[in-house]
Amino acid sequence: MSHPYQALIVERHKHPLHAGKPAHFDAQGQGENPICGDAVHVYVSRKGMDVYYETEGCAIMNASADLMADAVAGKTPEQVEQLHHDFEKLVTTGEENPDLGELNALAGLAAYSSRIRCATLPWSALAEALHHV
Amino acid sequence: MSATLETFDVAAIRDDFPILKQQVHGKKLVFLDSAASAQKPRAVIDAMCHVMEAQYANVHRGLHYMSEKTSDAFEAVRDKVAGFINAASREEIIFTRNATESINLVAYTWGRTALKPGDAVAVSEMEHHANLVPWQMLRDAHGTELRIVKITDSGEIDFDSLEQVFADGKVKLLAITQMSNVLGTYTPVERLAKFAHEHGAKILIDGCQAIVHRAIDVQAIDADFFAFSGHKLYGPTGIGVLYAKREILEEMPPFMGGGEMIASVSYEKTTFAKPPFRFEAGTPAIIETIGLGAAIDYVNAIGFEAIAAHERALTEHALATLGTLEGVNILGQAQDRGGVISFTMRGAHAHDIATLLDRQGIAVRAGHHCAEPLMGRLGVTSTARASFALYTTTEEIDALAHGMQRIRQIFA
Repeated sequence: MSHPYQALIVERHKHPLHAGKPAHFDAQGQGENPICGDAVHVYVSRKGMDVYYETEGCAIMNASADLMADAVAGKTPEQVEQLHHDFEKLVTTGEENPDLGELNALAGLAAYSSRIRCATLPWSALAEALHHV
Repeated sequence: MSATLETFDVAAIRDDFPILKQQVHGKKLVFLDSAASAQKPRAVIDAMCHVMEAQYANVHRGLHYMSEKTSDAFEAVRDKVAGFINAASREEIIFTRNATESINLVAYTWGRTALKPGDAVAVSEMEHHANLVPWQMLRDAHGTELRIVKITDSGEIDFDSLEQVFADGKVKLLAITQMSNVLGTYTPVERLAKFAHEHGAKILIDGCQAIVHRAIDVQAIDADFFAFSGHKLYGPTGIGVLYAKREILEEMPPFMGGGEMIASVSYEKTTFAKPPFRFEAGTPAIIETIGLGAAIDYVNAIGFEAIAAHERALTEHALATLGTLEGVNILGQAQDRGGVISFTMRGAHAHDIATLLDRQGIAVRAGHHCAEPLMGRLGVTSTARASFALYTTTEEIDALAHGMQRIRQIFA
C-alpha cells in the first residue's frame, strides 16, 4: 500500500495549480465534512470543464481537489461522473487504475478509512456543481 | 497501599496493560489518546471475565445463589464509588451509561421540575458538547435560558464574566467542567461551587477528565451534581456515574420508566423506588459496573498522589519539548493544567498531523474534540491533542516530538 502522503500530494497541497475563485464560472458546488470541519467550494466553467476551488482543510483534501481539477479538464459531464465513480473505488479499495493517472497517488488512503472522505469531498462538490449546470 | 513518586514504577504499570505491547504499522504503539478513552489494566479485564465465567445472573431479582452473589458484587461497587469520590452516602450514587447520560438525566428530571421557564443555566466556553447540548435542548423544550461564561485568553474561567452572567439572579444552575478536554485547564471547582451557592444556584460538575488525574471529594467541593464515565478511568465503556446530593435526588422525578425503578405497579398507578434505584430503570450494565469497581481498586492501589506527580512531570516535559518546536503552537496557558495538550502546527492540518503520527505508531486525537464553540473562541477549526495517563512515559512524549519534527520537514 502506498504512503498517503506521497511527494505529489504534498507538492499539490503546498503549490496548487487550480486554487482560488475564478472571475467567471457557470456553476458552483460545495462539500462539508461536519466531523472535521473541512469545507470545499468548487467553481466550474462549462467550456473545457475548467475547475477551480477554495478549500479549508487538510493536505489530502487540498491535493485531491487540485488533482481532480487536472483530471477532469476537457472532459464531458458523463466522463467526469465515470471518473468520480472510479476515484471512489480507488480510494476505498486501494487498487490502482491506469485510467486515473496521477489520481492513483491517493490509493494509499484505502488504509485510512477515516480519511477517505477528505479525498472524495471535492468530487462530491463537483458533482453538485455539475448537477446545476 | 499507595505508591509514592519514588516507588512509582511506570514499567511495572505498563505491564498491567496488555494492549500497550501491541504494534501499529510495524511500530511500537505510543498511545497518547487516553483523554478520549483510556486503556484497560489486566485487573479490569479479569474482573469482567470472572463475572461472566463464574458469578453471573441478573441483579436485584433472583432469589437464588448466583443472583444474590452478583447483586452483592454489583452493589459493592456503589459503595466503592461513594468512597472514591467521598459521597456522604451510597444512595447518592446512580449508575448510568456514561457522563453524557448522567448530565442528560439531570437536565431531563431536575431541569424540568426544579427549573422554571425564564430560569437560566450557565455553562463555560470550554465545555464538551455533552455539557452544552443537553442544556440547549432543555432551553428549547422548557423555556429556560442558556448563558455562557467566558474564558480568558490563557484558557481559564473569566470571573468577571461569571459575575455578569449571575448578576440578575436568574441563573439557577452552573454546569461546568472540572478539567477541559481540550486545554487541560483545571477549573477552581470549590470556588465555583461557593460562588454558585452564594448566588442561589446549584452546581453540576463534569468530572470526566479530572477524575482520572486527581482525588475527588464531592463534599469538600460541595458539588450538587458530579458526573463521570468509567471508560476514561481505565474501566470499561457502558458505565458512568451521576452523584447528586441526597436531598436533591429525593425531589427528582424518574428519568426512564421500567423495571427496577418502581416500588409498586398497577394499571392505575405506579409508585417509584427511592434513590438511587428510581433512576436506574431496567437491567443495569452489571459486568461493566464490576469492571469499574476493579478500575477504582487499581487506581486506588497506586494512589492519586503518585499518579498526579507522574503526570505533572509528563506535562511539564511535554510543554517544554513541544513548546520549543518550530511552528508548533500549544493552546491554553492555564496556571493549573493537566496532561491534555492541544496544539497546531503552521502549514499542517490537524488531520494530516494525526495520520502522519499514526504512521509512526503514535495515536493522538485530531479534530474539534466535541467542543466546537471552544474552537471558534480559540480561532481554530481543529487541533491535534496528546493526552497522558498513568502508563505514559517521557520517552513517548519524546517520540511525539520527534514525529512532529518529521511532519515539519514534510510541510515546511
